[in-house]
Amino acid sequence: MMKILVQEHNFDITAEIAGLVGKRTDIGGIVTFTGLVRDFHGSHKVQKMTLEHFPGMAEKQLETICKTAQERWPLLGGTVIHRYGQLFPGDQIVLVITLCAHREAAFEAASFIMDWLKTDAPFWKKEETSGGDHWVEAKKSDSLKTEKWQK
Amino acid sequence: MNLLYFAHVRENIGCSSEQMSLPDNISNVGELMSHLRAKGKGYQSAFENEDNIRVAVNQLYVNFDHVISEQDEIAFFPPMTGG
Repeated sequence: MMKILVQEHNFDITAEIAGLVGKRTDIGGIVTFTGLVRDFHGSHKVQKMTLEHFPGMAEKQLETICKTAQERWPLLGGTVIHRYGQLFPGDQIVLVITLCAHREAAFEAASFIMDWLKTDAPFWKKEETSGGDHWVEAKKSDSLKTEKWQK
Repeated sequence: MNLLYFAHVRENIGCSSEQMSLPDNISNVGELMSHLRAKGKGYQSAFENEDNIRVAVNQLYVNFDHVISEQDEIAFFPPMTGG
């Protein structure tokens, strides 16, 4: 089972890992990915980011993605946390943790979850920058990364 | 039907949700989009570029030829940019 949270408040990576591992001694590796708000977009300075989401469906999509990951890799557990609301440069946006007996599966599953999350989970970023406000556009390179896992 | 709008679709239309009865001559998502486009300038700009519109019916992604009914919740939004 993986823990999935869509929340406005921040998260604590250390506490999340500790909660997952507990007293288990069968875990060989933990991979974590944390996405942060960058302070630049091209040549513009990013002052603020607003993350909009589709409540209900966002959780559902993350569950589907994690379920697929669990079917493909022998995961011993994991966590996905995605924040919404107003964020500032340096703030944490997203956390993916995967636990496995061996590292390859943990790395691959974490990468798979991130790639799929970017194109399949209903979240949208709006940036306030020195060059004006704009909705971040979906990148073709991100869809290609998701497609590559379909092989 | 309950219609939901997110991100720039929501901003262009000027609201995040609205109730609407399914018109008799409309059977799928694509036809609903054309119908909405005729409702005004905001709708027109929201649905201007169909390649940049994604649709979920009852929280599941669907194509434009997906058949809709009066009980559906239909959400329109741009391609996702989370993570």
